[in-house]
Amino acid sequence: MTARAAMGVLLASLAGGAGYADELLPYRIEGNAVPVSLTGKPGDAARGRTIVTNRTLGLCLLCHSGPFPEERFQGNLAPDMRGAGTRWSTGELRLRMVDSHRLNPDTIMPAYYMIDGLNLVAPAFRGKPLLTAEQIEDVVAFLATLRD
Amino acid sequence: MKRFHALMCAVVLAAVAGPAGSADIPLDQRRSGYADLGRDTKAMQDDDTSNPASLGVQDGEALWSQKAGTAGKACAECHGDAAASMKGVAARYPAFSPARKGPIDLEQRINLCRTENQKAEPLAFESRELLALTAYIGRQSRGMPIVQSDARLTSAIDAGRKLFTQRIGQISLSCAQCHDDNWGKQLASSLVPQGHPTGYPIYRLEWQSLGSLQRRLRNCMIGMRAEPYAYGAPESVELELYLMWRARGLTVETPGVRP
Repeated sequence: MTARAAMGVLLASLAGGAGYADELLPYRIEGNAVPVSLTGKPGDAARGRTIVTNRTLGLCLLCHSGPFPEERFQGNLAPDMRGAGTRWSTGELRLRMVDSHRLNPDTIMPAYYMIDGLNLVAPAFRGKPLLTAEQIEDVVAFLATLRD
Repeated sequence: MKRFHALMCAVVLAAVAGPAGSADIPLDQRRSGYADLGRDTKAMQDDDTSNPASLGVQDGEALWSQKAGTAGKACAECHGDAAASMKGVAARYPAFSPARKGPIDLEQRINLCRTENQKAEPLAFESRELLALTAYIGRQSRGMPIVQSDARLTSAIDAGRKLFTQRIGQISLSCAQCHDDNWGKQLASSLVPQGHPTGYPIYRLEWQSLGSLQRRLRNCMIGMRAEPYAYGAPESVELELYLMWRARGLTVETPGVRP
């Protein structure tokens, strides 16, 4: 690769910006699960908790409630998250995050790792999933700890 | 004639009745957002002297009699006393425009009158003047039932329903998924309303101002991380029309107050 071409690749990767890429990492669905980590690494449960409780990032508490005594006004459009780690395997939690629509076409749960087939997306969000692969792994790791 | 009218209503209803997916709210279970307001907000809407939207209505009353445009005419010179001539008008808008062969909303009707009859510039959407005139005209229908029964609007109502039931934005939710299927639940601190446009233009406490139904629709669309339809775009008016059809029979509250 010439130096100029290498620079082009570097610029293209920088242009993705904010940790997002226009291409999603490939993943494999087995049954009702995505068994393997999107990033190939386990997520960080503590970071996952901050994503889940962040109402402009994870958005979870708009619809769900959970074991977050410090958080007022949790939603009730969706099931309580307590016990999610008992009800579902890590791989099942991952598919629920990545593409909930595959499990239930009518669900109100957003597909957090999907950029195709969306309609009328605002320019600032086009080509970007709701969460990055790393963030999804962090959330999955946190949800797996909710065992009662 | 009455029988014909009833027949055409039935045709409209049959043509628009629900496809698969979200089910319509049964007619007798529909409720205005007013029913779920706190006591203080209800009191604010009920009493004209404490309703902050009353200022807009008063501005509109002044504009009604003010000459505009190169024709030098005021609304009142053609339409007379709004309490008589505008009674029930807002309750049946958006209405069919023969010129446009489709629905126009009340704001567009006001602007058509300005450009065609007053020879004046159209007022900008969400401008103080347009909101004021809309509120004043809307006020004349307060207490009257919303009516949508024009068979010429059947296809536009159907188009509005499609917009209402399609998933949009990065969040990828439809209007119907919240307002048909999940009304009455808590979206964090907010109660999900059925979304009936009974009081527009409303004074929204979150806005600290008067605003139109289209502005309110944009708020929801931006929340879905969707690109909102432009003010006055056919989609905006079709959604307004569908929502008024969906609210048929509910009572006009203009000017409403909402959180």
